[in-house]
Formats: sequence, C-alpha cells, structure tokens
Amino acid sequence: MSGSEIIVWACWVALGCISLGLLLAIIRLILGPTLPDRILALDLITTLGIGFIVLVAILTGYYLYVDIAIALGLVGFLSTVALARYVLKRAEARR
Amino acid sequence: MIVEILAWIAALVIVAAGIFGLLAGIGMLRLPDLFTRMHAASKGGLVGAGLTLVGIAIVAGESSIVLRAILGIVFLALTTPVSAHLLARAAIKAGYVPLNTDAIEKSDS
Repeated sequence: MSGSEIIVWACWVALGCISLGLLLAIIRLILGPTLPDRILALDLITTLGIGFIVLVAILTGYYLYVDIAIALGLVGFLSTVALARYVLKRAEARR
Repeated sequence: MIVEILAWIAALVIVAAGIFGLLAGIGMLRLPDLFTRMHAASKGGLVGAGLTLVGIAIVAGESSIVLRAILGIVFLALTTPVSAHLLARAAIKAGYVPLNTDAIEKSDS
C-alpha cells in the first residue's frame, strides 16, 4: 500500500469517527436538560468542525482550508464567551 | 523510504484524531452532568482538532502550512480551556450545582 493511499484511508476513517462524534453532540444539543449543556454541545460542535475542515483540506489538497478552520475557531471561542456571559446575566436578572 | 514512514506516521495521527473526536462525542452523551461533560468536550475536542492539524503539517511539509498548523494548535490550546472555565464559572454562579455522587450511591443501595 503506497503512502498517499494510506493517508486517504486514514482520512476517511477519521471523517467517519468525527461525523459520529458530531452526531452524538447534536443529540446532546437536542436533549440537553439545561442551557449550559446546550452551550457546551455547541462548543464541541465547532471544535469538531475544525477537525472536519482540516481533514477535508488533506483529502482535497486545498490547504487554504486551514485558514478557514482557524477563523472558525476564533468565532467559536467568541460565541462561547458571549453565551457564558448570557447565562450569567440571565441568572442575575432572575434574582 | 522516508516519505513512506512519514505517510504512515501521518495516517496514525489522523486516525488517532478521529478516535479522540468520537470519544468526545460519546463522553458528551454518556456522562451524567454538565461539569463532567466539560472534561469530554474540552479535552477530547482539543486533542481531536489539534491532532488533525499535526496531521496536515506532516502531510503538507511546506513551511507556510506548518506555521499555520502550529498557529492553529497554539490558538486552540489557549482558547478551549478558557472558554470551558468561563462556562463552568457562569454555570456555578447561575446556580447550577454539580451532581453529588455520594447521593447517587446512597439512593442505589
């Protein structure tokens, strides 16, 4: 088995595993009993999305996708911080 | 020869990244409360996404891609624990209490 062939195989296996992980995170996003559970599931979805985009970059050879993955990480971090602030403000308003 | 060995190492790293991503999803679904799920989400997600970036650095082998991959890993390693900590702090302050495992063991027996 040649070198590039084994990398393509590994990419498809990893894409399958990460897709399954994304599915489980989406189930938690739907079930999640509280609001912070749902925010945590969204955080995991963006982090796994970074891995997914990088794997697609390896498969297609368009290495420009790495920049998109880094940008997605930035947006995911900012959204999690904003939603955590929202949880705090909502609890303060309820008091 | 060297290229073959590098390809095998890259394939191993990429498969490990996929397994970590799957474990993060399983932990997210199976663990009992928010503060234990946070372990799975932050650690598993960080290692899963970080190992794919290591994989693309090995596969590409160009200095610009390697630099971007290192930048991405450093950025992820800085932001993921911070966001998990902020969320845990907000949840504690908002009155979500951690699950007490002693209470579960007592109610089971």
